[in-house]
Amino acid sequence: MKSFIGRRAISSAVSLGGLIVLVFFLTRLTGDPTNLYLPLDAPMEARDNFRVLHGLNDPLIVQFGSYVYDVLHLDFGESIRKARPALEVVLEAFPWTLTLAVVTMGLVTLFAIIIGSLAAARVGGVFDRLSGIMSLIAASTPEFWVAIVGIFIFAVSLGWLPTSGTGTIWHWVLPITVLFIRPFGLILQVVRGSMISALSSPYVKTARAKGVRQRAIIFVHALRNGMLPVITVIGDQAAGMLNGAVVIETIFGFPGVGKLMIDSILQRDFSVVLASIMVTALAIFIMNLLIDLLYAVLDPRIRY
Amino acid sequence: MLEVPRHPALTIMKLLWADKFACIAALFLVLIVVCAAIGPYFLEDAASKLNLRGRNAPPFDWSQGWLFMLGADSLGRSILARIAVAAQNTILIASCAVFASLVIGGALGLIAGYSSRRLGDTIMRLADVIMSFPSLLLAVIVLYMMEPSVLNLVLVLAITRIPVYLRTTRAEVLEIRERMFVQAAIVMGASRMRIIFGHMLPIVVPTLITIGTLDFAFVMLAESALSFLGIGIQPPDITWGLMVSQGKAYLHQAWWLSFWPGIAIILTTMSLNLLSGWLRIVLDPVQRWRLEMGGKNND
Repeated sequence: MKSFIGRRAISSAVSLGGLIVLVFFLTRLTGDPTNLYLPLDAPMEARDNFRVLHGLNDPLIVQFGSYVYDVLHLDFGESIRKARPALEVVLEAFPWTLTLAVVTMGLVTLFAIIIGSLAAARVGGVFDRLSGIMSLIAASTPEFWVAIVGIFIFAVSLGWLPTSGTGTIWHWVLPITVLFIRPFGLILQVVRGSMISALSSPYVKTARAKGVRQRAIIFVHALRNGMLPVITVIGDQAAGMLNGAVVIETIFGFPGVGKLMIDSILQRDFSVVLASIMVTALAIFIMNLLIDLLYAVLDPRIRY
Repeated sequence: MLEVPRHPALTIMKLLWADKFACIAALFLVLIVVCAAIGPYFLEDAASKLNLRGRNAPPFDWSQGWLFMLGADSLGRSILARIAVAAQNTILIASCAVFASLVIGGALGLIAGYSSRRLGDTIMRLADVIMSFPSLLLAVIVLYMMEPSVLNLVLVLAITRIPVYLRTTRAEVLEIRERMFVQAAIVMGASRMRIIFGHMLPIVVPTLITIGTLDFAFVMLAESALSFLGIGIQPPDITWGLMVSQGKAYLHQAWWLSFWPGIAIILTTMSLNLLSGWLRIVLDPVQRWRLEMGGKNND
């Protein structure tokens, strides 16, 4: 078990390292932050001072070396835009994204499992058709369009929900609903497929022969085995969401990691970009570990 | 009963007719492609002519003529005409990206599956690296760094989609190379190139095309999202995603500015999804009879 976690940690660290190197140099190619942060008529000395302060005068490779040195000492640099430690800025935004992802994926999992299982229980029935239509719609609608139409109907016309921002629980309704659609359609199909094959296996026949009730067969006997592929897909989707639902966070003015990353890239706030990549990578790593543990719980044949 | 051999195009039409949804989807896609191909030549003027008296004209108002049946935007330009013109960029970007990633991914997949172990492993690790990147983040950085032009957009979208084709092709090749007919070809002394292109490619291509259809929809949505964020296509060039984005500012006065281009995106992706479902059945010898029966339910 320990060696398994160790191996996973090493391979994740290697790809994270690659990502950091790439993003470090790519973001620096976008230009010099000095021109963005100082007024056009700033004197040369002010510009030089700014560059020296943020270490922008050194050769790139030296900048990279000192960045790596600092990160290894858990110093993630300073946000130019907010004049605060970058890590602090990121850790302020991260809980928003995390909550959004956890609530959305929780709802997705619940609904997808119930509807998908019922669809698989009777192929060609009402639930099956319903799930087919729903996943087709989910696969074909652009999120930003649903968000805009949602704002128009529920916020502008009806005035039931706020258009954007945070504060009350009502601010969460629209973002979660919009984020819900795409993963729901996808996971619904996976649940349906894996439940169909689980329901045709011999142990289900045994359970039927014993006279177990249909509901117990679906949700107790078959579901446990049918869940394995579903969990994989849920993990993929959740990872995407932890990386920041950029579009949704932008539309709804949500102070999450996705919006922070985009803003920081556009404002050339390099250390915040890198810090948010590292924080989300750590979160995704932990989530993947939990998923692997969940495999072992669901299927005792799996051991690490 | 002996079947009279027919023209392959006729067979395809018949199979398409058997699935009514796919049939409608195909017709709609043909319409969109025609729009993309010739729309700009006929409607360019209508799409860029300002008509300040008809600013934000509501849809279904026939007084301005049929061009304005979907309403007009904030400068009084016909939305219908603009959608037809924007179809060109939207379709062009998506098809170029899909084509490029399909060809490159397919070729790399063939190599990875049918060459030395080491080269194959290297290629796969490369694909893993691309897949582990948050693709939208990468797209934002690259597009911000370079000028956001059509070519760069295609490039970014294609790179993020290559691993999908690469993995599929490699998996198929690994399975096919163990089959008898490949062994037979090797024994008969067929060259490597001949085995790959003559014997393996025809089996891999249908799968790739099915994935490509599905991916076309995905790429279109990704392009729309990037244009929506303001880092994709830049005005005065126009795509459907950009039209939705531009309409956002007028949501309070004129909902139709964002609404109709979004509907165009949805109908196109939906058609692509339906068509790829049909393709999957047609190209699968085990399931094809369902359509050959004429769509009749047999159970």
